[in-house]
Amino acid sequence: MFKRRITYLSILSVSLCVFMAVVVITVMTGLLVDFKEKNHNYAGDCIISTDSLVGFPYYQQFLESISKETFIEAASPVIKSYAILSYQGSYSNTNVEIMGIDPASFSKVTNFADTLYYHKNQPAAAFEPSYDTQLPGCVLGIDLALSRDQFGKYSHSDFAPMAAFEITSFPLTPKGAPARAGLGLVSNKTFYYSDDSHSGLAKVDGSVVYLPFDHAQQLCGMSGQNKRVTAIHIKIKDNSDLDSAAQKLQYLWNDFKASKKDLPYASLLNNVKVQTWKQFRRASIAAVETEQIMMILSFIFIALISIFIVFVVFYMIVSHKRKDIGILKSIGISKINIISIFLLFAFFVGLLSSLIGTVGGIIFLGKINPLESWLYEHFGFQLWNRMVYAIDLIPNKIEIEVIFVIALAAILACLSGSAIPAYQAAKMQPAESLQVNQL
Amino acid sequence: MNENNIILKAENIHKSYKIGASKLKVLKGVDLELKKGEFAAVTGASGSGKSTLLHILGTLDKPDDGTVIFNGQQLFASSDKYLNNFRNKKVGFVFQFYHLLDELNVLENIYLPVMASKSIFGWFAVKKQARNKALELLSMFGLEDRAKHKPYQLSGGERQRVAIARALINDPPLLLADEPTGNLDSQTGNGIMDVLEKLNTQANQTILLVTHDKNIAKRAERVIKLKNGKIDNTKG
Ligand SMILES: Nc1ncnc2c1ncn2[C@@H]1O[C@H](COP(=O)(O)OP(=O)(O)OP(=O)(O)O)[C@@H](O)[C@H]1O
Ligand SMILES: [Mg+2]
Repeated sequence: MFKRRITYLSILSVSLCVFMAVVVITVMTGLLVDFKEKNHNYAGDCIISTDSLVGFPYYQQFLESISKETFIEAASPVIKSYAILSYQGSYSNTNVEIMGIDPASFSKVTNFADTLYYHKNQPAAAFEPSYDTQLPGCVLGIDLALSRDQFGKYSHSDFAPMAAFEITSFPLTPKGAPARAGLGLVSNKTFYYSDDSHSGLAKVDGSVVYLPFDHAQQLCGMSGQNKRVTAIHIKIKDNSDLDSAAQKLQYLWNDFKASKKDLPYASLLNNVKVQTWKQFRRASIAAVETEQIMMILSFIFIALISIFIVFVVFYMIVSHKRKDIGILKSIGISKINIISIFLLFAFFVGLLSSLIGTVGGIIFLGKINPLESWLYEHFGFQLWNRMVYAIDLIPNKIEIEVIFVIALAAILACLSGSAIPAYQAAKMQPAESLQVNQL
Repeated sequence: MNENNIILKAENIHKSYKIGASKLKVLKGVDLELKKGEFAAVTGASGSGKSTLLHILGTLDKPDDGTVIFNGQQLFASSDKYLNNFRNKKVGFVFQFYHLLDELNVLENIYLPVMASKSIFGWFAVKKQARNKALELLSMFGLEDRAKHKPYQLSGGERQRVAIARALINDPPLLLADEPTGNLDSQTGNGIMDVLEKLNTQANQTILLVTHDKNIAKRAERVIKLKNGKIDNTKG
C-alpha cells in the first residue's frame, strides 16, 4: 500500500538518524570508557596510599599479612614523590613525578608492562638499559622521552639510545623535615634511559619517571631504619567485587593500624586511605567529569533530536494520509484496523531503517580510522589533532546494548509518530477527514 | 405502503456546524423515506446541505439530532462493529471527488472493500473471486484494459466509474452517490447516469443521488428538494 517515494525518504531519514546516533554515541562512549580504562590501567584495583610525601612505615608487614588473603591477586609497594629531572649534557630541566616501583610486582597489579616499548615482554628488566644492563635505569613517561608526529605516532629507534638523566629529589625525615646532610643522605642520582612508558594519559606520560624501587626509596629519604612507602597498589582476583574488596582491605588496614599503634611513627599510618582505583584517580577523572556531563547531555540531545525527527517524519506522513484514512473508514474498515495498518507500516520502516542505520554505522565505524588518515593525507583534515590529544585511534568498539537501545528507540519513535495522527484521523467522522485537500 | 418496502428512513435530522462562536444550521429537521429499488435524486442550491445529508444517511457523519433507520435498524444507536459492517456491505458510497486511493491500482481500489471485511487468511480464500468480480464490474463499465492503471492515470469520468465499481463490489442494497457527475462534462455525466439507470432497472438497485443539475435529476424516478434545511414538498 505504501510503495511511494515518501516511504523511501522516511526510511532514509530514519536510517540517517540511527546511523548518526550509532556513530556518535559509540565514539563518545568509546572516548570515555577509554579514558577510564587508561586511568584504571595506570593504578591497581585498590590502592592503599597517603598523600603525604613522608609516606608510611611497616608496609612490609602489611604486605605479608595480606598475602594470605584469597581475594588478592598481587600487591606492590610504590614510592611517589616529586623531583627535578635534568638532561645530562644540557642545562634544561623539568619537574617530574617520580614513581619508585618494583617492575616485576608492579606489572602484576597494573598494566605497566604494556605501556613499555623495549621491555613489553620482560617488565622485570624494565630498569636495565639495553646498552648496559648494569647501569641504574629509568623509565620515562613517553612525552618526556619522545615527541609525536602529526599522526600521533612515536618513532622509537630499534634499540634504546644511551642517555643519562639526573634526578634531584627532596628527601624528608619521618617527621616531615628536610633530611640533613650526612646520615647517608642521597638527593641526587644519575639514571640511564632504559625504556619509556605510554599510558595514554597525557598528564602521566608527560610528567612521570619510573625509578627502581630501592633507589627511589633512598632518594626520598624513606630507606633506613623504618622503611617507608607512599602507596601499596593491589590487584584483586577477577571474580571479586571491587567495592567489597576495598571494604575488606579497609578492615584489614584498620586492624593492622591498631596493632602498630605503639610503634614509632605509627601516626603516619593515620594519613593512609584505602581507595578503589576510581576514587584514587578521582582528581584525574574529575577533570573530565564536566566533559563527561557535557557528553551525556549531548547524547541525550542527539537521542531526543533523532527521536523527534523520526516522530515528525511519521507525523507528517500519516497526517497526509488523513484523506486515505477517511476513505478506508467510509468503506467500513475499523478504527483498530486502520491504526494497525499504520503501526505495521511504521514498524517495518523502523525495523528496516534501524537495520540499515546500524549496519551502515558499524561499517562506517569499522572504517573510521583508515578514513580519517586518508582524509588527513589527502586533505589535511583531522578530527583530533594527535599532537594534542592522547588518543591513537578513534574509538569504534561496538556495544550491542547501545545499538539495541538505539534501534528500539527508533522503532518506538516511528510507532508513536504514526500512532498519534493515525488515531486522531481514525477517530474523526469520515466526512470530516475526507474534506481535507478536496481540491 | 408496506413498511417492509422502506429500505432507508430518516426522521427529524438536524445538523449544524460551529464556525467560530456562531452556529451554522444546515439541516433543520429533514424527513426522508426511500423505497427498495427506488431511484431518487436530492436537489438543492449549493450549500443547502445535500452532501451533509447524504453523509449522515451513509453514517459518514453524525447528526446532532434525529434518527436514521436502515431496514428497521437505528443506525446511530448501533455499535461501531455494526456501523463498519453497514458501511462495508450495506451501502455503497460514490463521492463527488472519487476518493480513490492513489497508491492502489484500479483493480485493487475496486476490491478493497472485500479485502477490508476479511482477515488475511480469509482474504486469500476469496481473493480470486473478488478479482473476478472486480474485473466483471470493470468490463461492465468499459474499463477492462485499465485494471493495472493508477487512479491518476485515468480521466475524471473513468475515475468515477471506478468509484462506482468499488461501491458495488459487495452488492450493497443501497447506493448513495454525491454529485457523481458534478466534475464531468454533460456527455460523460450522462454516461455515468446511463450506468446508474441500468443498475436500477436491470439489478433493481436502490439509488439515492445528490445533484444540483436539473437535467440529471430529471432522469431519476423521484426528485427530493432540499431548501432552508428541510425537504421542500411544494411542486415546482
Ligand atoms: N465541516 C464543516 N464545517 C463547517 N461548515 C460546514 C462543514 N461542512 C459543510 N459546511 C457548511 O454546511 C453547508 C452545507 O454544506 P454541504 O456540503 O452539505 O452543501 P451542498 O448542498 O452539498 O453544496 P454543494 O452543492 O456545493 O456541494 C455549507 O454552507 C457549508 O459551508
Ligand atoms: Mg455537496
